[in-house]
Amino acid sequence: MPAAESDVVAELEHVCVDYDGDRVLDQVNLRVRRGDFLGVIGPNGAGKTTLLRVLLGLVRPSCGHVRLFGQDLRHFRDWHRVGYVPQKAVAFETRFPATVMEVVLSGRAGRAGVGRRLGPADRTAAESALRTAGLWEVRDRMVGRLSVGQQQRVFVARALVHEPDLLLLDEPTVGVDPEGEDRFYALLRHLHRERGTTVVLVSHDVAAVAQEVSQLACLNRTLVFHGPPEEALRAGALERLYGTRNVVVAHRH
Amino acid sequence: MELLQYGFMQRALAAGVLLAVAAPSVGVFLVLRRLSPIADTLAHVALAGVGAGVLLGVSPALGALVFTVVGAVGVERLRASGQLFGEAALALFLSGGLAVALVLLSLARGVNADLLGYLFGTATAVQPQDLVWMAVLALVVVGSVAWFYKDLFALTFDEEAARVQGIPTDALNLLLTVLVAVTVVVGMRVVGVLLTSALLVVPALAAMRVARSFRATLGLAVAFAVASVLAGLAASFYLDVAPSGAVVLTSLGLFTAASWASRWRR
Repeated sequence: MPAAESDVVAELEHVCVDYDGDRVLDQVNLRVRRGDFLGVIGPNGAGKTTLLRVLLGLVRPSCGHVRLFGQDLRHFRDWHRVGYVPQKAVAFETRFPATVMEVVLSGRAGRAGVGRRLGPADRTAAESALRTAGLWEVRDRMVGRLSVGQQQRVFVARALVHEPDLLLLDEPTVGVDPEGEDRFYALLRHLHRERGTTVVLVSHDVAAVAQEVSQLACLNRTLVFHGPPEEALRAGALERLYGTRNVVVAHRH
Repeated sequence: MELLQYGFMQRALAAGVLLAVAAPSVGVFLVLRRLSPIADTLAHVALAGVGAGVLLGVSPALGALVFTVVGAVGVERLRASGQLFGEAALALFLSGGLAVALVLLSLARGVNADLLGYLFGTATAVQPQDLVWMAVLALVVVGSVAWFYKDLFALTFDEEAARVQGIPTDALNLLLTVLVAVTVVVGMRVVGVLLTSALLVVPALAAMRVARSFRATLGLAVAFAVASVLAGLAASFYLDVAPSGAVVLTSLGLFTAASWASRWRR
């Protein structure tokens, strides 16, 4: 089915990753389709972050194939189509002397090309990303002076500024207070529904993720389950993943 | 202004300003990348280049430039490969540079006063032809930082995110280290091997205390460095104290003042 093939945004085929002889990912097959909101969950050390880093080309798999937008990762150059939000809220150097605007603009650097100056189009894109992320009022503040929730939205805005088709987020709500978390998920919903951005969200927060996403991937070195979150409950995937019967998945909607 | 009537003071001030514009321009990035010890290391490698220059009968500055740039490539390779602990790799180059310098200078029967001059700087002995190469090197540093400003910012703020964007981070890391090497050669002449890193690091730290954006940090760091050089050289002229010591003490004074100002404003 060629039509369906072109719908695949990201694809892992029999991917393994080894760290010092330790197999972190084992024969993982995963397809992310256009418009998916995929949550990747699993216990600590399950390889969630590694999976994301494989997709970003930061970790080279020891076997298997990785494709982004139908192209083998080794030849992939359209990196502006991929937005990356790192797990930064905690590790982030808060003394770094930069304004919100400066950080968000830095997301245009790769797209503009090395040695090229940023122009009015970059500034317009940054303004739009700041408004979308609800950061327009604090654009001239120093990043380190913002709340953790705001800082995390700065990193989302930096990813949005190059107008990605695929957004990859690594534990984005770690250290964010509940109110900031609600706002953060509202922003992701907006991007997914209004803009049709494909989202892959790695998290250990099963309850929060399960009620937001359209697809759930349960990972514990191998892919235990991939499908809609309701099915994951029925299939008992969470119990298999965490080895416990009392995983509570609340539904707010 | 009495001090401006002397040609040697005019040249010292000009050389100092060239250094003061170049050093913080690269120093701000270096400090934020947590790589500031590289400046000190490459300064010691520069001394080995001076020794080679003296021994071979070519310009010591040229020898220093060749050695620091090669040293910069070596340091960056070792750092990027992660084979050694970062700071231990630097110690190798620092002590190695100093040892090679001492051996080469003793082979060349280098005069001791010469060695002291390179260790502590000879701003007031700068010749007109020195100013030419110093201006060229300073221009290379400032021009490169201006040209690659947005790329260096992206690298410095978040190297991984920069790489994911397709920015050539390895090449930019190398560029930054080579720019430090070039700066160090200018600094060696003005404030000497032992104090060059101060002009890369201290004005940058002072600026970070008070600036409210990255652009302002760069601008303020250069302003602090220029002020330190001008006030320090003037002080050394009127008080008859060592110029490099006066310059670096002034920059430390400005850092203290900036720290007070930031606390008071908070």
